[in-house]
Amino acid sequence: MDPFKKHTGIVTLLDLPNVDTDQIIPKQFLKRIERTGFGQFLFYDWRFLDGKKPNPEFEMNAERYRGASILVTRANFGCGSSREHAPWALLDYGFRCIIAPSFADIFYNNCFKNGILPVKLSESQVETIFQRVRMTPGYQMTVDLEKKIVGSDNDVAFGFEVDDFRRHCLLGGLDDIGLTLQYEGAIRAYETQHPEATPFPARP
Amino acid sequence: MRPKTMFEKIWEAHVVHEEASQPSLIYIDRHLVHEVTSPQAFEGLRLSGRRARRPDLTFATMDHNVPTTDRSLPIQDAISAQQMETLVRNCKEFGITLFDLRSPDQGIVHVIGPELGLTLPGLTLVCGDSHTSTHGACGTLAFGIGTSEVEHVLTTQCLLQDKPKTFLIEVNGRRPFGVEAKDIILSIIGRIGTDGGTGSVIEYAGETIRQLSMEERMTVCNMSIEGGARAGMIAPDEKTFDYLKGRRYVPADFDAAVERWKQLPTDLGARFDRVLRIDAASLAPQVTWGTNPGQVVPINARVPDPSDFSDPNARKSAERALDYMGLRAGTAMTDIPLDRVFIGSCTNARIEDLRRVARFVKGRRVAPNVYAMVVPGSQRVKKQAEEEGLDRILTAAGFDWRESGCSMCLGMNPDILKPGERCASTSNRNFEGRQGKGGRTHLVSPIMAAAAAVEGRFVDVRQYKLKD
Repeated sequence: MDPFKKHTGIVTLLDLPNVDTDQIIPKQFLKRIERTGFGQFLFYDWRFLDGKKPNPEFEMNAERYRGASILVTRANFGCGSSREHAPWALLDYGFRCIIAPSFADIFYNNCFKNGILPVKLSESQVETIFQRVRMTPGYQMTVDLEKKIVGSDNDVAFGFEVDDFRRHCLLGGLDDIGLTLQYEGAIRAYETQHPEATPFPARP
Repeated sequence: MRPKTMFEKIWEAHVVHEEASQPSLIYIDRHLVHEVTSPQAFEGLRLSGRRARRPDLTFATMDHNVPTTDRSLPIQDAISAQQMETLVRNCKEFGITLFDLRSPDQGIVHVIGPELGLTLPGLTLVCGDSHTSTHGACGTLAFGIGTSEVEHVLTTQCLLQDKPKTFLIEVNGRRPFGVEAKDIILSIIGRIGTDGGTGSVIEYAGETIRQLSMEERMTVCNMSIEGGARAGMIAPDEKTFDYLKGRRYVPADFDAAVERWKQLPTDLGARFDRVLRIDAASLAPQVTWGTNPGQVVPINARVPDPSDFSDPNARKSAERALDYMGLRAGTAMTDIPLDRVFIGSCTNARIEDLRRVARFVKGRRVAPNVYAMVVPGSQRVKKQAEEEGLDRILTAAGFDWRESGCSMCLGMNPDILKPGERCASTSNRNFEGRQGKGGRTHLVSPIMAAAAAVEGRFVDVRQYKLKD
């Protein structure tokens, strides 16, 4: 996983609440057995007309957002299915940071495992960003995870909260399986006294 | 001693390691695996040269992709076939028990868990699928995880988790005729919204919940995730113990286990972070009108007008939903005609669901404008239904009788809606395109779906009480 310390990029918008992971990556693309190559299918049914032509009504398709790496959206982003294909698709498309008033739990968690920083801001702060982005083509922001600030030069700056442990892992690009393996002794000790962790007897 | 919630008791019994300002390391007792969210996790294990730590606590099946047609025919979709073959290979390589397409125990992962006694009170259980909350019906702390966490559990049998908040939903009062478990959970989601449970574990309690059968409890817990909750659970009781007794993977000393399980229910006076009380007597059969499960109304209501919503986000969502669903505000829900009816999914495809549907359609016919299918939740459910003759009743009424799997709940297999088709579905999600691009899904209970199939439009099942 790539570390996330500080990131500057073009901001794009998705002006809908409750965007579910079925929209982020539709089910027909979940059959691949790799982690890569999902970006082309991101928001597939919204981005494309008949699966090929870009949909001009989909705001993110506008030329001014080309190369965007920060997505700003509305509340409860990533609800529904637990599919990690959703953050894989967002990352593969080029997003490193997603800003919203709230996120669904499993999606939020999945982002951190893939080097994407989900930032929670208030509804009014998100609304401010929406307005600035629409006023200024090519609007860029900087997300600083060390200082926990998201802002734009001489414009807005918002502090945000993030759990210390998740921040630590993301700053270092740490694999939390590696961290857990350090507790092998504790896991083994737990298993010896926990009745449900004993192996099943042989089954007929 | 401080009174504790059931969730707290299970949580505390599973902490392997705890440290300030870090998530807790939690032991996972059962890990269920399916073909869609596991290939990348197994690949991760291979790349790092790691083994599965506890293959004996890990069980796999294939459900999302599987065709529901004749199992002796080859699978048409080459990519689906490859994903299933990958699961076979991975289970073999890592020593994991797999209930494959030929197994009499194959089925939707959340149907077979309780069926096989893998789901037990007081355990922690995870699966790379959001509807893992289903297993909470047995008094299990069960939640869905992403693929990175699947790899984490395969490698360490543990997960790093922040302790969730607790949310008590108490349902009391007599459930009126025609109001099913599905209507209870749909009306809860309608009330709390699709993010009302975010960050929480819900415990469902109260007299109405106690009265529910085990399978009905599974329907309620199943849709906890649609209210945004991490998990949903119900205290184990005599019904739970009776249900589990004799199942394949329950503890050898069952009586001793029951004594342990009796200690699990929430202590009197335990504190929850949030409490919601619901009067079951006030509930009506529910139908969703929009594109998330919180956009739901009683069957005797009309399609809402977006201008009725004061919250701008809710208004915008409603406008968009009506446009996608091809509905006009003010239309009576009972005036909405249907093209398809789907009876299936981890929410409502167990034997009791099929019995209720069969009982209703016996001697009736599916309307000529409707194509209706029944997809049993597992091979065991299918076999039992056939032994009881339910398949003959259903096919005589004009239903298509299928093999088990997730099927048109998410349409990863060939069972999908065509653009514009409208479906009454016993599944759990009415998201845009969920059952096929451009498809329009209305979530209902099995009995409401059965009545809709017969009438060719939505109908208030309560009216049949007078007729029958």
